[in-house]
Amino acid sequence: MTLLLIVVPLLGALAAFLAPSDRVRPWVVAFVAALHTALTLVVVGTNRSDVFHSSWLSLDALGRLALPVMSILFLICAAYSVGYLHVRANRPNRVFCTALLGFLAMTTLVALAQHLTIVWMGMEATTLTTAVLLYFNQNRRSLEATWKYLMICSVGIALALLGTLFLAYGALLGLGEPTLLFSDLIRGAARLPAPWVRTAFVFLLVGYGTKMGLAPMHTWKPDAYGEAPGVVGALLAGGLTTAAFLALLRVYRIVDAAGQGRFARDLLVLFGIVSMATAATFMVAQRDFKRLLAYSSVEHMGILVLGIGIGGAGIFAALLHVINNAFGKAVLFLAAGNIHRAFKSKRLEDVTGALRRVPLSAALFVAGFFAITGSPPFGPFVSELSVLLAAIGRHRYVIGALYLFLLAVVFIGMGSTVFAVVQGNPPEDPAGTGFRDSASKTVPIFAALGLVLLMGIWIPAPVSALLHDAARFLGGS
Amino acid sequence: MPPIADSILIVLLLMNFFILGTANLRAAIRAVAAQGLLLSVLPLFVESHPTFRLVALVVTTAAIKGVVIPALLLKALRDVHIRHEVEPYLGFVPSLFLCATGTALALLFADHLPLAPAERASLFVPASLATLLAGFLVLTTRRKAISQVTGYLVLENGIYVFGLLLYQAMVVEVGVLLDLLVGIFVMGIVLNHIQREFSSVDTERLSRLRE
Repeated sequence: MTLLLIVVPLLGALAAFLAPSDRVRPWVVAFVAALHTALTLVVVGTNRSDVFHSSWLSLDALGRLALPVMSILFLICAAYSVGYLHVRANRPNRVFCTALLGFLAMTTLVALAQHLTIVWMGMEATTLTTAVLLYFNQNRRSLEATWKYLMICSVGIALALLGTLFLAYGALLGLGEPTLLFSDLIRGAARLPAPWVRTAFVFLLVGYGTKMGLAPMHTWKPDAYGEAPGVVGALLAGGLTTAAFLALLRVYRIVDAAGQGRFARDLLVLFGIVSMATAATFMVAQRDFKRLLAYSSVEHMGILVLGIGIGGAGIFAALLHVINNAFGKAVLFLAAGNIHRAFKSKRLEDVTGALRRVPLSAALFVAGFFAITGSPPFGPFVSELSVLLAAIGRHRYVIGALYLFLLAVVFIGMGSTVFAVVQGNPPEDPAGTGFRDSASKTVPIFAALGLVLLMGIWIPAPVSALLHDAARFLGGS
Repeated sequence: MPPIADSILIVLLLMNFFILGTANLRAAIRAVAAQGLLLSVLPLFVESHPTFRLVALVVTTAAIKGVVIPALLLKALRDVHIRHEVEPYLGFVPSLFLCATGTALALLFADHLPLAPAERASLFVPASLATLLAGFLVLTTRRKAISQVTGYLVLENGIYVFGLLLYQAMVVEVGVLLDLLVGIFVMGIVLNHIQREFSSVDTERLSRLRE
């Protein structure tokens, strides 16, 4: 049953590749996405037992939380891409649709993997599929963005492999065999030699941190998110980053069990604050609204690792933020994609008055801005506040103050760009971009916004249970 | 570890300096190919039983790292008329100095890591770290895409060396997936040049060139 979660999207990718017409393919993607979400909900809903499982693929508490998030996010993006690819009918979409489903299969693989090598292989394969997605527009700028992404992330993925090997060598010394199964590593964690565990964690943090887009390894993000279609941006900022964070959390759990939790948390706090500060710096006076979203993603990756770094209640807060970030980013990127289409530009010089030209998309963009910056009543308000409270609860007052200050800077910086986009009068449009709001391109965004709102008003009991399980799994409360 | 493995690793380290110091792109690619061939025989000194896996590992490593990828790079170099100068951001002397410092630090750092008794005297860990660092230096200080790819190959070689310490665990082979990325890089370089010449890579425009 669990294996079907990977097989279905792979078969779907094959079907999309073989499908004869550009019109049919997006529907194949949407159908497979719906099937995947249904399967995920069934698997997560029923298979609630074993924390320890010796097989290479199974759902642990973290997977049970992350997989539904990634699957539902993919479903929203797939639904959106039906309308989107209809607008872009002049471009052949065979490779794009195949890569979309390949991406789904590989992120699922990461969520299910109980073996560090499998995690790594999944992350490597997502790098490849994402490169194809980024290159969709096939012009010079997208080639440059793809190159930058591929180069930086390949180095990241290579460092992550070396970190994985270091951990295996530690296991060879401590346990007598170079195992990379999580269950073995956790069971024998006390016997892993500390120097290897620490070195491995540094390499794995930098490696998977590159894929998450933590500063200072974030430099591919603004270009990639700026040039990619909005739907790809949403999948990267909500899905790929979640998968990379999941990989990092699994490593953190081993390191924590090996008695190096303090070391790991200090590093995570450092990367968290540096990421937020870098993002805040570049978000103030940002003239390109898609790059703005890329920096916002860097900021939120910072919040995620900061929450884990603070520990205790911060772990729960960070996990809650995974959900909020995924759907909040979907709202922002998809709405920004619509605005980009309607103006054929993503620079503030050309884009004003989006509320008049594409009122629904612009309203969603503003709502997404308020949501992601932590305004009530949206979900991120709860998770971002929880990170702050956790910092205070653990007596990390300086960290808490810095965090609050950076959130405020981001709010002001991001707000000025967002309102410049939506307010005012749209420029003359003699040629006519022809793009206006339509149901197929706004309903999926409303769905994502609904989820973000729901998480802010009332966290459903099953979701709350999943969150608590996952937090306990990581040694939090 | 037999002393011969250590000698190979020392040659590997010296080649890092050559790759970093040469101004000729073609020579750098050839040196990376030589590094690949050298590394491919290294497993023979780690594992003495001639199993099928051992032979397969030696042959595929030699083929991929020593022949196929360098040939692809040289072909790309020829086909798309890239000039052969390296064009570094950072001068040769400072980068060699950094590489030397890095190698020394790698030796010091590796000294602090606990090793299995058999490997205590061998150079595997410091050679791996130093090669990784040399690759990273090439990658970050060179302007041309193709030199960046050579840097990535050196970095990969560093990982391969460490992977050999875990020969039993079958993780060395996973590194082949990194070569897949290199293949994509070469494709990227070629695409980039096609694009520069046609200002778009629409296959429609390219198909006009068919006979």
